[in-house]
Amino acid sequence: MAQKQTLFDKLWSAHAIARREDGESLLWVDRHYVHEGSFHAFGKVAERHVAVAEPDLTFAVADHYVPTRGPRKNIANPEIARMVRQLEDNTAIHHIRLFGLGDPRQGIVHVVGPEQGLTLPGLLIVCGDSHTSTHGALGAYAFGIGASEVAHVLMTQTIWQRKPKRMRITVGGQVTPGVAAKDIVLAIIAKITADGATGHAIEFAGSAIGALSIEGRLTLCNMSIEAGARCGMIAPDAKTFEYIRGRPFAPKGAAFDQAAETWSKLMSDDGAEFDREVQLDGGEITPIVTWGTSPQHASPVAASVPDPEKEPDPARANDLRDALNYMGLCAGTKLTDIPIDRVFIGSCTNARIEDLRAAAAVLAGRVSKVPGLVSPGSSAVKRQAEQEGLDRIFREAGLEWGESGCSMCVGINGDIVAPGERCASTTNRNFRGRQGPGARTHLMSPAMVAAAAVTGHLADVRPLLAGRKP
Amino acid sequence: MEKFTRLTAAACPLDAANLNTDQILPARYLKWPRSAGLGKVLFQDLRFDPEGRERADFPLNKPAWREARIIVGGRNFGCGSSREAAVYALYDYGVRCVIAPSFGDIFFGNSIQNGLLPAIVEDKTAAEIIATLQSASDLPVTVDLEQQTILCGNRSYTFEIDPSCRLRLLNGWDDIALTESFRDMIAAFKKEDATRRPWVKPVLTG
Repeated sequence: MAQKQTLFDKLWSAHAIARREDGESLLWVDRHYVHEGSFHAFGKVAERHVAVAEPDLTFAVADHYVPTRGPRKNIANPEIARMVRQLEDNTAIHHIRLFGLGDPRQGIVHVVGPEQGLTLPGLLIVCGDSHTSTHGALGAYAFGIGASEVAHVLMTQTIWQRKPKRMRITVGGQVTPGVAAKDIVLAIIAKITADGATGHAIEFAGSAIGALSIEGRLTLCNMSIEAGARCGMIAPDAKTFEYIRGRPFAPKGAAFDQAAETWSKLMSDDGAEFDREVQLDGGEITPIVTWGTSPQHASPVAASVPDPEKEPDPARANDLRDALNYMGLCAGTKLTDIPIDRVFIGSCTNARIEDLRAAAAVLAGRVSKVPGLVSPGSSAVKRQAEQEGLDRIFREAGLEWGESGCSMCVGINGDIVAPGERCASTTNRNFRGRQGPGARTHLMSPAMVAAAAVTGHLADVRPLLAGRKP
Repeated sequence: MEKFTRLTAAACPLDAANLNTDQILPARYLKWPRSAGLGKVLFQDLRFDPEGRERADFPLNKPAWREARIIVGGRNFGCGSSREAAVYALYDYGVRCVIAPSFGDIFFGNSIQNGLLPAIVEDKTAAEIIATLQSASDLPVTVDLEQQTILCGNRSYTFEIDPSCRLRLLNGWDDIALTESFRDMIAAFKKEDATRRPWVKPVLTG
């Protein structure tokens, strides 16, 4: 009898070209996404005077540096204008399709890939961005790489990898209303810590995962990297196939049917072994916020800021003290007593249409007590939101309705949180200075950010959903 | 790529877990070409205050460690963003080796690609070396990649490194040259795969 395989094993073997004696394998890359930040890699390609091996499998998106609140036509900042132009030049030289500024398909690379039907089950996908793990939500093996590896993929369409260990995270039961994919993933990271999945490929499974929409699954897999994982993935199912059907670059007609038949076999065999198993009960997860400077510093919103003096491990106690010091928080403060200065709804984690709907459901007819920016995940999401009138809800609540890009998640386009300011954010990293030098970030779901906006402090969204369609 | 065999140098302890690449190189410097001198903005917001004055309490600013070529860190060193420029910043500052109990996956790979040795030690080893350096900051540390040993004062420790990564660093090998020798196998895979998985090809008329 053939050995029982996990989903990851199947994806791995489908891409293995060769294996060296030392255990590293050369893998074929099906999709390579590049962005403005890939300039170091294009520079390395230029140094060697070679052509990009597979321009038809390479797709470029302008997202990291593009303005999301100022004019997009004539970028005021010359350095940022240069970054965007550089991507246009590099993709033109190598005949790579670019979804650049002004293209209706422009957006954040990890939103655009699935949206355009470029991301498919069974593919191996890389991008010079750590949140490439997002694409695993459709049953792909997707991971972030550095500039040297980007250059290697551009030149050879392959990548050297050592096979990671396999980890299954099963979330059983069902989550309760008001609990989102973001809460599930923050609960997982709080449990296993920010390096709990280092060296592992995660497969998310269980009834609470199966019940998630594709967009929720994208949020979940997006943050696999925040637990240190090489990648995160979910076995494709009927929901996945329906999501893909009809998307611009997806297979059509008979090709789709043939693909779907292959995809339907992409699941872990019964009895396949994992190197590590983690279990959570979805029913026990409540809305979560972070209070520190690592995504593992996350607690249910009903909790209080933890006390470093009660931490027995001295290294961890120090880590907590540093985090609370940076965040300007005192041990024992109720999380719901923490006032905020601004909100941000955006990023590859939580700026898809369902995320915007979830935030708008809370904000409708209410006013935000703090300023804030809403940056849709893609230009297509922006148009869809405007058709649904969500932009009006955000504007009437007093928030700014921006353009699509990485924006205030990483702040490299100039949209930053001021020093010392506290931001409730739908993004993925609450690292020191991530949203700008001295900025204090609290991560949470889009609905929870909306709750923070209307109350002016961290808040449980559930009472605010009473009598509303979430 | 420069080879790494053995190094004896000042070693700076950075006693913090999850020291991410946003700390190593803040995002606002990512648009700089490497030639602009990324080493001077290494750990910018930890090394300097908002007015650009050195923070006296940051270890790399202490006289004994200013020219450190080895860093001893905590768990999950280099987690977060995939920015390879974080490795360029360390390297261009002069750092050739980071000793830590675990590393961010992508940072680890980026280090290997650039001749920077990420040496994995047990938690208690990292803690011990950090404590030793904190009480004797002038003590040089020797890292020997052939032997996989770290010498700190009168103590010797071993570190872990994947054998293929070790060979790459010892020889200064470059992946591209290596992959070149697999050219025929890649072409054969591509041809066979086009039949096996025809649906993979993006529909470019979309």
